This record gives sequence, C-alpha cells and structure tokens, in this order.
Amino acid sequence: MARTLKLRIWRGNDKDGALQDVSVEANSGEVVLDIIHRVQATQMGDLAVRWNCKAGKCGSCSMEINGKPRLACMTQISAYPEDEVITITPLRAFPVIKDLVTDVSFNYKKAMEVRAYEHPVDLKPGDARMEQVDVERSQEFRKCIECFLCQDTCHVIRDHEENKKSFAGPRFFIRIAELDMHPLDTLRNRKQTAQQEHGLGMCNITKCCTEVCPEHIRITDNAIIPMKERVVDVKYDPLRWLGSVIRKRDGIL
Amino acid sequence: MTQNIERHKYDIVVIGAGGAGLRAAVEAREAGLSVAIVCKSLFGKAHTVMAEGGAAASMGNVNDNDNWMVHFRDTMRGGKFLNHYRMAELHAKEAPDRIWELETWGALFDRTKEGKISQRNFGGHEYPRLAHVGDRTGLELIRTMQQRIVALQQKDQRDTGDAEKNIKVFAEVTITEILKENGKIAGAYGYRRSNGEEILFEAPAVIIATGGVGKTFKITSNSWEGTGDGHALALKAGANLVDMEFLQFHPTGMVWPLSVKGLLVTESVRGEGGILTNTAGERFMFKYIPDVFKDKYADNEAEADRWYVDQDNNRRPPELLPRDEVARAINSEVKAGRGTEHGGVFLDVSKRLSAEIIKKRLPSMWHQFYELAGVDITKEPMEVGPTCHYVMGGVEVEPDSAAAVGVDGLFAAGEVAGGMHGSNRLGGNSLTDLLVFGRRAGMGAANYVKTHGANPVSDATIEKAAARIAAPFTRTGGENAYALHQELQEVTHNLVGIIRTGPELSEAIEKIAELRKRSANISVSGDRVFNPGFHLAFDLDNMLLVAESTAKSALLRQESRGGHTRDDFPGMNSTWRQVNHISSFDGEQVNIKAQPLPVLPKELFDLFDVHELEKYMTPQEIAKGGSN
Ligand SMILES: Cc1cc2nc3c(=O)[nH]c(=O)nc-3n(C[C@H](O)[C@H](O)[C@H](O)COP(=O)(O)OP(=O)(O)OC[C@H]3O[C@@H](n4cnc5c(N)ncnc54)[C@H](O)[C@@H]3O)c2cc1C
Ligand code: SF4
Ligand code: SF4
Ligand code: FES
Repeated sequence: MARTLKLRIWRGNDKDGALQDVSVEANSGEVVLDIIHRVQATQMGDLAVRWNCKAGKCGSCSMEINGKPRLACMTQISAYPEDEVITITPLRAFPVIKDLVTDVSFNYKKAMEVRAYEHPVDLKPGDARMEQVDVERSQEFRKCIECFLCQDTCHVIRDHEENKKSFAGPRFFIRIAELDMHPLDTLRNRKQTAQQEHGLGMCNITKCCTEVCPEHIRITDNAIIPMKERVVDVKYDPLRWLGSVIRKRDGIL
Repeated sequence: MTQNIERHKYDIVVIGAGGAGLRAAVEAREAGLSVAIVCKSLFGKAHTVMAEGGAAASMGNVNDNDNWMVHFRDTMRGGKFLNHYRMAELHAKEAPDRIWELETWGALFDRTKEGKISQRNFGGHEYPRLAHVGDRTGLELIRTMQQRIVALQQKDQRDTGDAEKNIKVFAEVTITEILKENGKIAGAYGYRRSNGEEILFEAPAVIIATGGVGKTFKITSNSWEGTGDGHALALKAGANLVDMEFLQFHPTGMVWPLSVKGLLVTESVRGEGGILTNTAGERFMFKYIPDVFKDKYADNEAEADRWYVDQDNNRRPPELLPRDEVARAINSEVKAGRGTEHGGVFLDVSKRLSAEIIKKRLPSMWHQFYELAGVDITKEPMEVGPTCHYVMGGVEVEPDSAAAVGVDGLFAAGEVAGGMHGSNRLGGNSLTDLLVFGRRAGMGAANYVKTHGANPVSDATIEKAAARIAAPFTRTGGENAYALHQELQEVTHNLVGIIRTGPELSEAIEKIAELRKRSANISVSGDRVFNPGFHLAFDLDNMLLVAESTAKSALLRQESRGGHTRDDFPGMNSTWRQVNHISSFDGEQVNIKAQPLPVLPKELFDLFDVHELEKYMTPQEIAKGGSN
C-alpha cells in the first residue's frame, strides 16, 4: 500500500523562502498532515506546522495545498493522482512566521472590533425560552471553527494589504450576522455597523469564501446577502427603520 | 542575562485556555484581579473544542424528576465510589447554574419544545441530562467563553483605553516551569513557540488547567496538547497527584487508516445497532458478559437482534455493555490473534441499517469515515479498537477552592485535577466539571491573592529555568525526541494499557526510567523559531513523569476498578476502595503513598440504598453509616 510521494514544501520565514522538494513514504488513507508529520519526524525535525485536533474540529492546520486553502488534516492524499507533485504553501493572506505557520493575529484584532453579545438585563439565568428554529439560524454561524480559510481566500484582502484596515472579512460578517439573528441579543444596529465599520460594502459576493469553508457554512447566502439587503432596506425606508426598534427580534428586518 | 527576558506581572496566571482555564480566568477577572491566560495553541483551539456529546447538568428540562441528588448518585456509581464525595457534590449542585450562565454570555444550546435547553441521554445518567449543541458542544463552550473574554476586554478598552490591561491571552506559549520563592508560588516560566524566546510571568497565584495526558499513549482520542504538562508541572512544584492509575479507554476508536488512529467513534454507533465481530466473523461479545450483567444482556444473536424492535421482552445486545467491559473484550480478541492486521476488530452498521438511515442518524460518523478514511460505513465495516480518552487521576486539590494540596498559591481545575470522577468518568461530566471547578479555581486564586500579595521572583530562580530551556540546543548528536516519544508510546500501550499485570507494570517502570535517562540527552536540530522538535523535547519530559506515576500507582493497586484492570487481581475489593494513591516527586523519581479516601458524610451516605453501598463498602463502613 505504501507509495513514495513527491512534495514541494515552502520553507522560509518572514524575509525569504523557497519551495523545497521532498520524497516521503505515504500509506493509503493518510491525509496531508500525516505526511507533513512524517517529513518532520524523519527529514526535517524543525519543519513548522500548526495543528491541534487532527479531526477537522479546531481549525489550526490551515494552509494552501496546490494553491487551494484547505485543512491539512482533512485533505486525503488519495485525492491527488499518484504521480502528481503536491505543493504545500502557507496561507497567502497572512504574514509568514516560519514555513507553513502564518501570523493570523489580524483575525483576533477583527474579533475584538465586533461588539460583544448583550444579554437582556432583566432576563435571569435559566429563564430564556427560545424556539429551535430561531436558534438554528445563528447556530449555523456558530459552527465556525475559525480556520480563517475564508479570510485567506477573499480577494478583498488576499492581495490587498491596504484593505485590511477597513475590512473585517467573511468570518466576521458571519459573526455579526450571528449576533444580529441571535434571539436574545439587545444591541441594535448591527447590520448598519457591518456596513459602516466592518467593510461589508467592499464584498462583491463572489462566494469564494463559502466554497472553501470546511464547515459548509453558507457565508454569502445566509449571512452576507441578507445583511446587505437589510442594510439597503434600513437605509432607504425610514418607516421600517422605526419599526425595527420594536420588531428587530421578530425577524422582520 | 535575566534583564533581556520578556517579563510580565499579573495577579494570577492561568495555564490553559480550555474550558477550565477560560472559566477560571473570567472569574478571577470579575473578582477585580489582573489575569494572564497562557496556552500552547491559538486562542479558541484548545482540546475542549473536540467534545461532542454534551455537558451534564440536572436542569430537569426533559425529565423533571432529575435533581442534583440523582446526578450525584450517578457520578459516584460511575466512579465506583472512589470519587472525592465533596467534588461530586459541588459538581452536581452547581452544574445547572454554570450552563445557564453560559446562556447569558450568548451560548445557543439546542432547545426543547417548550424553548428550554434540551438534554440528551448518555451512558450512566439516569435521566436525559446532557445540554448540547448538535455534536459540537465543546466548541460552543469554548467560543462562548472566548467571546466573554473579548467582551471583558472591550469593556476595559472603553473604561481605560487599554483592552488588555486586566486580562490578556498569551497564545502559543508553553510553560516549562512553575516558579516558587520562599516556598510559595511566585510565577511561571516558558517560551514562545513562534520564536523560542523566553517569557517570565510574575504572579503570586497560578492556576493549572492544562487538560489530559492522552499523547502518552500510542492510540488516543486526544489532541497533541494532551501531554500531561500540568500534571508534571504540579509534581515538580511540590504538589501531589491522586490516583494516576485510572485512565479511561473508550472501546471504539478508529485504528485504521493510520491517518485517524485513535479518533473517537461515538457510542451511538452501537446504540443504533452496530455489531462487533472478529476476523473469524464471530460476534464475540456474547462470550464476555460478566455474571453481574447476565440478566440484562442477551446471550444469543436472535434475542439481541429482537431487542432493537422490542426492548421490553428481550435483553440488550452485549455490544451495549459498559465502556470498560467492551474495551476489555476487544482487547482480549486482539491479543488472542483474532484481531485485524491493524490491531482492531470490526464494527458494522451496514448490515442492519439502510444507507439512508445511517446517514440520517449518524451524520458526523458517516462524514468522519468518508472524509478522513475513505470508508463508506453504509457499505463496509469500520475497524475499531480501544483508545485512550481521559485521565481520571490528577492534581490533588481542596474541593471548595481548587487549591493544590501542599503548595500555597497553586490551583488546578479541569481534566488535570483529580478526585472528581473517581475510577471512571461518566460521559458529559467533564464539560460541567470544567465550568464548576474552573470558576471555583478562579475564586480560590482571587481570594488567595487578596490575602497574600506579591511574591517577587529572584534572578537565581530565573536563571535555573532559563538554563533548562537552552539545554537541548547545547547538545549535538544526542537522542531524537520523536523516536523517544514513539518508544514511550509502545511501552505504555503494551505494558500499562487497558489490561495490566504486575510483571508487565514492573517492566514498564524500568523501561520508563531508562527512557527518562536517555531523554536527558535529547538534542535538537535547527534554531528556536517555531521548532516542533524543540517543543516535543519539553512535552516528552512531562509525558515521562506522567507515565511513571501511572505505572507505579497501577503496580500498587491490587484490584480492578473502573479505568484500572489487573489481570492478576480481577474484581473490586472494598478495602482498596478506601485507598487513594498519592504521587509526589523528589527531584529524582515519583514516589507513591497510600492515603485514606475521605469518608462519605452521613447526609450523602443516606442518599443511597444501603444494599447498593454494600456492593462497594466494607461491613464496618456500612455499620458506621457515614462520617458524622
Ligand atoms: C473526542 C473527545 C470527545 C469528548 N466529548 C466529551 C463530551 O461530550 N462531554 C464531556 O463532558 N467531555 C468530553 N470529552 C472530555 C473533555 O473534552 C475534556 O476532558 C476537556 O475538554 C478537558 O478540558 P480542560 O479545560 O481541562 O483542558 P483542555 O481543553 O485540554 O485545554 C488544555 C489547555 O492547556 C494548555 N496547555 C497545556 N499545557 C500547557 C503548557 N505547558 N503551557 C501552556 N499551556 C498549556 C493547552 O494549550 C490548552 O489550552 C471528550 C474528549 C474527547 C477527546
Ligand atoms: S463573497 Fe465577499 S466576503 Fe466572500 S470571498 Fe467574496 S468578496 Fe470576500
Ligand atoms: S466561516 Fe468557515 S472558512 Fe471561515 S473561519 Fe469559519 S469555518 Fe473557517
Ligand atoms: S488540526 Fe484541527 S482542524 Fe486540522
């Protein structure tokens, strides 16, 4: 079952680096992360790679495999033809620390900019009552494992460092949508801030983010587009805006 | 040289950003203290995200007969009465509040028809008790507390202009040493994984919340973080570990393909009708029904199969025996040469259920096997074997404050703490354990700091800690950390695994000591920048201490109970139930002493039917009827 796999792994740091060719034994059923670990254990003891659960649950092992943003622990080598050289590179949208490890602190900064959940002051612990259908909309977004593959692939920031300042990225659009649709959150105007402070307007709905999401979250259809539509509503319909003060939680707006 | 080191001063340092660490940090911050959270991974990625099934709390939302007393009884039974009663009591009483509190921070649990938090059944719990979010409950816990911490930081930003003034996360930092001055905690020392640079935290209180030890074993469901760091750090700081012989092996982990060795296969696969067979095609579980369960489990296939349609008139299939029984049976089959070439047995649902039903009832399992293993479980059997899942043993603590016994200023909570689960943990009890005792550790540490004040670290202490970090780079041509780790995993797997014997344990102790000697000579290639070989050198040192503690405790315990099975001493022994094994470290090796288990007070004793207690306790204990 074992075969020899040809890899091209990017090695380097924030200053420079290059692809390096390696040959390594591979067994059927293995994923790219297994192969990287074997390279580490046998040929490059100091090859840097970030991972944790190896079960597709923590979102640590994000990298680009043949140019596609993917989780290394969920990418089977059998998906590639026997004679193909697999090229493994770090996420392109973020600065490299070393080899396959990038500095993703951009995302934590953006997380800090999204105003936190606000619980109704008079609702005591244990007293909340919510319908399953109502929590499900936000639950879809809470499946996010923060792999940041969607951030990496989004063309608004992928090759445009200058946009990073004003653009939160798809991961944080779903976070805002999640709070906006949260049956209990009391903070108003989330959609408007998505537009005004988090750069929602820069998104032109290419859906690339949805395509790479390992959790199959429908980022564009279920979060971005509804927020864009509602922002439009709110902007041009003062009457409905007034209504939102009372009815925000009814899913009207 | 100590001048150049990155230094920070905090009231409290929390080591670990899993459920326990984050809950502790929130509590300490809310008590008005400054807190550093240190973790090996990125923020929000701790092992807790892997927890699926749910968090046990007797909210009584699905069955209102449930209450803390029922939960307490279930927990004690699950642990075969070796639990620290006070921890089990606090846990059962406080778990519901801890779940509801998460909801006030934005958590969205699945709901009942009435709109309350839904609760599901799980092994060993009398009523539906596990609050859950599909099969990603751990992720919900982590995300909720991560976002709670962001909320506290946003508040500090508004109030003081500095978001990280009072609570700051130091991600991808490994702590290698807990520092003491004048016999009390003074801080912690470690390195940044990204660049290998050293970092010093000065703090009069340290909370250990480092999780489990799974990576000590060859086959485990744990993430790479589970290297027993906190267990080892505590030992070296002068604290004790209690009952390290108890490890939970989940009967069904994946064994093949290699890529997913150890990954959990949920109990529901068997619940939905999965059968276990060996390579001879035999449905072997019928041979392994213990006498005490004979009246509850079917001894023939026909009856077992009927149970799925008529549960009132047939006994359950033996695949549904308690976790430890099934794990032992699989182990025996493999040892007898009837296992697959990868050391497992077959678990098959494809023969009983249609493809459609399998995908509907076991969506994540179907997905897991299909994506990770290329196995279509609607058509072919899975290969499974026991996987090291959870460590019951851990730091000996005072239940109410989570203070580590014997070291002023040290606290521990979560999987790294011992006592709560006795000899065997019930599913779902860990997640609420993290919340209940995480919070208590935060309070305990806050109270301690308020009454004790600062305890500065001396240069001599720093230099010693720094020298240890530099050491692997000063050697060349020494041992390879990856190879040593593999050797250790072979030893634990073969000799300290699910079934143990005296001679094998003695052999293990010798081999572990040898590996410890060799590990002192590890050399590392490359430099300090994100260097996994360097990281492993430190993790390995911790795993070796944990393995030594487990093997030595296991050799002394001459009975079988929960997560400790001795082939040479089968069966529980009431006298042994009164014994805790306490590990301590003398700088050279781990020593074990026996210590009496705290006695159940009368009011908790009286919660049980005395005939049930007779199965566990000596006649003298029964006659006494509790401690007061
Ligand atoms: C697959 C799986 C499913 C499970 N499902 C359930 C379930 O449904 N219900 C349930 O109750 N339990 C479940 N469990 C058990 C439960 O998930 C764990 O016991 C629990 O998450 C442990 O949490 P913790 O906070 O103690 O530590 P962890 O979540 O393990 O976190 C440890 C933290 O400590 C940090 N750390 C460790 N060492 C160091 C160091 N040297 N320096 C700095 N930081 C360090 C790590 O980086 C990490 O942040 C499951 C376990 C597994 C493996
Ligand atoms: S849809 Fe919007 S957010 Fe998503 S990748 Fe395209 S531009 Fe970026
Ligand atoms: S939305 Fe999907 S792709 Fe983006 S960070 Fe979350 S899980 Fe990853
Ligand atoms: S290692 Fe956790 S998602 Fe890949």
